[in-house]
Amino acid sequence: MAEFLLLFRGAAAGHGPVLSPDEREAQMQRWMNWLGDLTKQGKMLGAQPLEATGKVIQGTRKTVIDGPFAEGKEIVGGYLLCKASNWDVAVEISKGCPILEHEQGTVEVRAVGQM
Amino acid sequence: MGELLIFGFIFYNMQQEPNQLVDHLFRTEAGKMTAVLTRLFGFKQHETAEDIVHDTIYQALKEWRFRVPENPTAWLYRVAKNKAIDYLRRENRMAEISSELKPLLKSEYTLPTVVNFYFNENEIADSQLRMMFAACHPAIPEEAQIALVLKTLCGFSVEEIARAFLSNKDSIEKRLYRAKEKIREANIQLDVPVGNDMQTRLETVLQCIYLLFNEGYNSSTADSVIRKDLCYEAIRLCLLLTENPNSNLPETNALLALMCYNASRFDARIDNDGLIVLLQDQDRTKWNKELIQKGQYYFNISSAGNHISTYHLEAAISSMHCMAASFAQTNWKAILGFYNLLTERKPSPVVLLNRAIALSFAESKQAAIAEIKKLGSLQNHYLYNAALGDLYFDIGKTDEAKVYYETALKQTHNPQEHELLNKKLALTSSKPNTGRP
Repeated sequence: MAEFLLLFRGAAAGHGPVLSPDEREAQMQRWMNWLGDLTKQGKMLGAQPLEATGKVIQGTRKTVIDGPFAEGKEIVGGYLLCKASNWDVAVEISKGCPILEHEQGTVEVRAVGQM
Repeated sequence: MGELLIFGFIFYNMQQEPNQLVDHLFRTEAGKMTAVLTRLFGFKQHETAEDIVHDTIYQALKEWRFRVPENPTAWLYRVAKNKAIDYLRRENRMAEISSELKPLLKSEYTLPTVVNFYFNENEIADSQLRMMFAACHPAIPEEAQIALVLKTLCGFSVEEIARAFLSNKDSIEKRLYRAKEKIREANIQLDVPVGNDMQTRLETVLQCIYLLFNEGYNSSTADSVIRKDLCYEAIRLCLLLTENPNSNLPETNALLALMCYNASRFDARIDNDGLIVLLQDQDRTKWNKELIQKGQYYFNISSAGNHISTYHLEAAISSMHCMAASFAQTNWKAILGFYNLLTERKPSPVVLLNRAIALSFAESKQAAIAEIKKLGSLQNHYLYNAALGDLYFDIGKTDEAKVYYETALKQTHNPQEHELLNKKLALTSSKPNTGRP
């Protein structure tokens, strides 16, 4: 069973649509349903939303740059590390991600590599 | 839930104790929150769950002095949820979480939702069932099971459990500690069993509820408030079992019926001075008709299927008493018949003694005396000697009756039993026979 990292973009904190408390709760519920199913199948290894601000440390000089360092929709808004037997399964898992309810939302699937 | 509320009102309005009702609902909520938080964290973190509930109650006591919130239950749950979320977010706490929900509690996508979710009505009931089956696991000794049930599911403090069992704080704490150790060592899961497992595991759970109820119903020393609470809790837990299709089996309903029937006589059994009133002298208008009706209701449900449990038979016996318009009109032949079936399944000395007493009314005193005298193992029990005293008194042999009553007096330390035996003893010296109290 391989591991895949799913990166969510397009609705990072402060960049997604403004939600009413009810809508927010419904959205949380959808995350719960998606991740709850994956947990039951033993596929969920970890998932977190990420804040929109950050810092980038670059090169040999270890220069520290404050974010934002990308356009709103390009910012990684969260991740899921999961188990899947192959690419098809990982893509199928991704299709259930609630981030795709936004037109701008994307899930980037990356297989965990070996060094 | 409606059903439980109805029970609460029937039960506690019997003697108009509004404060007690409020106290009790408060305590019940503590039990529910502990069950839910233990379900979320896993049993290894049971103490953490208890701490959070304790802090929540403490905060309520502090803040409610100024203003009691409109919905106290919702307030308690909200505070407990927030404390649980704070706890889980704190550094390094996750390693200690052992429930299968761990990945969801670790993710900020799901943490608040999952904590919220397990505080809904159905999940609270489910958490309590899981806790009940774990606490009543056959690997745990019976007395420890009851203590653990009272502590984790009924929100009783160690002091209250000690009071209910006439024990001290230390020994109850030891009992609880051993029970929890056992759950950890044997890696007992917080599951509701399914299939064949349910049948066997349910047996220990029902036995524990039965003992809990009897502790409240028969314990003659603990105060009446706490005894009524024990009975109410036993009924509440059994009701929970009937609400889940897996555990809603005929014997569950039979036990619930039995407890309703017996509880209907709770107040009529004690007079204003706190003295025992025997069945033949009880004012039957004081029997709680609503509880008798509840008993009928569950007894009807329990007749589904072919299996007859000891609870069915005991409920049948109790229902015969409830149905009799007067003591004289009691159908002793039928009661004896049920006792005969009961002794086949559960030939314990106490059952045999009660059967003999039924025999004394259904057939003859002499036959009953002969039966009781076979129960040698009970000789040191006051009930044995008191029963023989009664029977000899009834056949006019007051000298023998006197000896048995005197022996019985030495075998109980309960002031109420003493009072009753002394009254009977006094009659053995005052002829003619005017009937025993």
